[in-house]
Amino acid sequence: MKDKLKLIQEKALAAFQEAKEIKDVDDLKVKFLGKKGELTAILKEMGKLSAEERPIIGQMANEVRQDIEKMLEESKKRLEAAELAHRLEKEKIDVTMPGKERPEGHKHPMSIVIDEICDIFKGMGYEVADGPEIEKDYYNFEALNIPANHPAKDEQDTFYINGDILLRTQTSPVQVRTMEKGKLPIRMVCPGAVYRSDEVDATHSPVFHQLEGMVIDKNVTMGDLKGALAVFAKELFGENTKVRFRPHHFPFTEPSAEMDVTCFACGGEGCRVCKGEGYIELLGCGMVHPKVLKMSGIDPEEYSGFAFGMGLERVAMQRYGITDLRLLFENDAKFLKQF
Amino acid sequence: MDVPMSWMKEYAPVTADIKDFIEDITLSGSKVEGYTTVAGEIKNVVTGYIKEIVKHPDADKLVICTIDAGQGKDLTIVTGAPNVKVGDYVPVALDNSVIAGGKEIHTGELRGVVSEGMLCSVEELGFDRHDFPEAPEYGIYIFPEPVELGKDIVEVLDLKDEVVEYEITSNRPDCFSVLGIAREAAATYDIPFHYPEITVKEEAEGKAEDYVKVTIENAELCPRYVARVVKNVKIGPSPRWMRKRLRMAGVRPINNIVDITNYVMIEMGQPMHAFSIETIKDSHIIVRNAKEGETITTLDGVERNLDPSMLVIADPEKAVAIAGVMGGENSMIVEGSQAVLFESANFDGPNVRITAKKVGLRTDASSKFEKGLDPNLALEAVNRAVQLVELLGAGEVVPGVVDEYPNKREPWELSYNPAWINKFLGTDISEEEMQKIFEKIELKVDPVNHIVTVPTFRPDLEAQADLAEEIARFYGYNKIEATLASGTPTVGKKTYEQTITSLVKDTVIADGLCEAMTYSFESPKVFDKLLIPADSDLRKAIVISNPLGEDFSIMRTVSFNGILNSLATNYNRRNESAGLFEVAKVYIPKELPLKELPHEIPTLTMGMYGNMDFYDLKGIMEHLMNVLGMGKVAEYVTEKSLPWMHPGRTASVIVNGDNIGYLGEVHPAVLKNYGIGTRAYLAVLDMEKVVANANREVVYQALPKYPAITRDIAMLVKEDVTVKEIADIIKKNGGAYLEEVKLFDVYQGAQIEAGYKSVAYSIAFRSAEKTLADTDIADAMDAILKGLAEELDAQLRDK
Repeated sequence: MKDKLKLIQEKALAAFQEAKEIKDVDDLKVKFLGKKGELTAILKEMGKLSAEERPIIGQMANEVRQDIEKMLEESKKRLEAAELAHRLEKEKIDVTMPGKERPEGHKHPMSIVIDEICDIFKGMGYEVADGPEIEKDYYNFEALNIPANHPAKDEQDTFYINGDILLRTQTSPVQVRTMEKGKLPIRMVCPGAVYRSDEVDATHSPVFHQLEGMVIDKNVTMGDLKGALAVFAKELFGENTKVRFRPHHFPFTEPSAEMDVTCFACGGEGCRVCKGEGYIELLGCGMVHPKVLKMSGIDPEEYSGFAFGMGLERVAMQRYGITDLRLLFENDAKFLKQF
Repeated sequence: MDVPMSWMKEYAPVTADIKDFIEDITLSGSKVEGYTTVAGEIKNVVTGYIKEIVKHPDADKLVICTIDAGQGKDLTIVTGAPNVKVGDYVPVALDNSVIAGGKEIHTGELRGVVSEGMLCSVEELGFDRHDFPEAPEYGIYIFPEPVELGKDIVEVLDLKDEVVEYEITSNRPDCFSVLGIAREAAATYDIPFHYPEITVKEEAEGKAEDYVKVTIENAELCPRYVARVVKNVKIGPSPRWMRKRLRMAGVRPINNIVDITNYVMIEMGQPMHAFSIETIKDSHIIVRNAKEGETITTLDGVERNLDPSMLVIADPEKAVAIAGVMGGENSMIVEGSQAVLFESANFDGPNVRITAKKVGLRTDASSKFEKGLDPNLALEAVNRAVQLVELLGAGEVVPGVVDEYPNKREPWELSYNPAWINKFLGTDISEEEMQKIFEKIELKVDPVNHIVTVPTFRPDLEAQADLAEEIARFYGYNKIEATLASGTPTVGKKTYEQTITSLVKDTVIADGLCEAMTYSFESPKVFDKLLIPADSDLRKAIVISNPLGEDFSIMRTVSFNGILNSLATNYNRRNESAGLFEVAKVYIPKELPLKELPHEIPTLTMGMYGNMDFYDLKGIMEHLMNVLGMGKVAEYVTEKSLPWMHPGRTASVIVNGDNIGYLGEVHPAVLKNYGIGTRAYLAVLDMEKVVANANREVVYQALPKYPAITRDIAMLVKEDVTVKEIADIIKKNGGAYLEEVKLFDVYQGAQIEAGYKSVAYSIAFRSAEKTLADTDIADAMDAILKGLAEELDAQLRDK
């Protein structure tokens, strides 16, 4: 019987080594260990053995069984590993194929610029205000110290609805509307569309966008104006940006200034973007004219403030290297998807 | 304003290098736009001498010159000019030289003869015979006197000057002059300012008032009129120095009298006009408003229609000039004019501006007057003019001045508070320094009482803030220390409306739409294109009174014309698909004509075409409603009333009973009108209503503990039954445990009777307290099926 067991063990070893698929292993399991299997058949004969032989053969049979089970387990692992490896190999794909297209939406470059600037000022404690685009002459001009027949009125080539109502030529009327609400202190910015009767070309559009800002509080100085705008410029164009203030004239501020920033393209060395100047004109600003404060019901003896305004198309065009303003209004998907 | 540096330096001896000067004067408030040199691009052009001239062997019209141009060897230069002779001194453009217009000259062959350069005319050097009256009408410039050979032409012709272009702001009419800029330059560098010494010899006989009488009929529009008379006028070219200065300042020299008026205008900022006295009837100048229907032919030969709002200079019979704009042809100086009247007047700025605009003639004079000039300048200027007449020997000045000046403008006083100025600017400038700055710009200072007296040429100085600006300018804007405002803290934030708008934009961008930007005004033809009926309120648009053209003449009352145009642009450029959106305003008048500001309604417009259908757009709409907390309450109702939309493929969006907008397919006829050759889809939402109905309050709902039980039902219904009707019946009859009603199939076709469709729903029930058994929902299912059968005649299909 010992020989029989040995023979089964050897046969099993050979069979398992030859197994090619998991199914073969399962078949072998039945063949050797199943109810009608070879080992079982032998064990059934155990009864015929003598009392002395029985434990010895029993132990041997057990060892053979364990051995076969081990072989079974190993073969199965081996074959599973091989099968997995085969499957992985078989499943390879061309990963250089393009991905499945997802619908891809984009913000308009103007909105990107507007949102970014508003976020900077929000971080500095400014509210974002809004105002009407069809505006009264009073808010657009008179309350900003631009009386009837003032040359500035002509310079801005206004679209009129009637003698009294016009399309705002600047976002500055929102300053007046904010002041009139009488809630002080004021820290606000207001982005929006403005209108001037310029024929459409690469650098002009009858509709364009401005952002206006205003701070009114006790003891606001021109130094504060410079400080706030210098911080803004660094946030918008980078930490190394320097600013320069030049005297200028706006009817609603006094003193008035224009602020230049070092060219973001060359850092102030002079290049094509800044036409060799090293600086780019960014915005107009100044201390709110005492007359303007007074007209809006704020006591200029007690309060002072500053205001600033900038054209946003130019900021967007310079930032993205856009050379034709008309592209911003054409809405060609090939253009819009670049931002 | 173009100011030659040499002219300015005569009054303010600036020594700084041109680049430094430009930066310094810009930072003190006179913004420089750029500068040019008089020589322009001219390079390597020298003086030369013609030693020999021979005929060109192969060309009749060419000659070959042997030139000594100081180059160590003689040059051979071929020319076609007829006027050169042996012994002439001429400008020679050498090999590798540059002449006017940047044209490069190199050694080359002309009909087989090597030419080592070119002889130049004044035109080739960038000038004309107004600059060099001695130059021939056609041909090479020949120096009137011998010159040293090989010398740079730029030096010999004195072309080394720079001309600086300034942007002068409207508050500084005084700076529209060489003297004004010189005054600023002197203050910038703290150097002396030399005002020209104006003296007149008055050598003619008689008195000015014997020659001319002046009557101002409208003193409001003409605060001052000064006249001087010059006799025995000798018209001729003005001297080279004057012509050169005029030319540099951008004015063409004409003749000595006209040149003097222009010279004084540029130097002092006071426009002048010279009349031939013989043409003035009764020698009587009358300043009056034009008459209805009156016309005048101006110096440029154009007949201009006048109206009574305009001011004219007239004699008792006729207008002889449009005040402040241009003189009339009928009174111009001509060869042979004997006596000349120099007018130096002051006119109301706004009136000149409006008149110039009305007659369509903006002149150097009008652009100066419109800024509002100092009437006190008029007398100095006319004296300067006749001083120049004497200097040029252009005539004899008649003693005396006719000066009508009813209301003299006097200097005014302003008080200032140094502490306030420092507080306003955030500076610590001493009183002494402030006084010094005021004095530099010719304010008289009373330092004890802190009062300055403002000269009449500075009308912009009206209050203390204006004085603060003067202090800041000359102290240096860039020396003011930048500080961060302390003061009361404020919270930076967006309004609720802005937050919702951002959310809307972010959502539709996430759904694949690109943000567009369109004009807010459009053509009234849009309404026809959109099939909007003639009596529709939408046609009641606000009209711009002075539009750029009909295409931009009305403020939009519908938001989507721009988006449709943009879709058409994309379609025409063969973009396979386009998905656009915009949040922008429509402008709805409360009444027309407009009396008060209209209602500006921010509107979301989405437009798209490409590989998609209605339900793609609806998916975006539903996503948006979910994000805005309206997903559960938004209802979509068939909408047939919008003429520009496909009546069978459009739905209104109803939220809490409020119609907040619509979505659907664009009407095929409208697509045709826009030239869009494919189906396109449009959705419009009133953002005010969106903001009012949005619900961003989120309350957490406990996750279910017990499983749901689902029933799928399929039914046959008539094809025009909407799934909303079916879902409503299921919901109505679903009982307390009904959790979700989900459409999962709609089918028409084979196996389905024509006119019917098969609709399948998955209905989920769930209890928060227990696991439901079939018996718990049996009643609800019965009610649902009964309801469907009774109300919609639905036939249940085996599923």
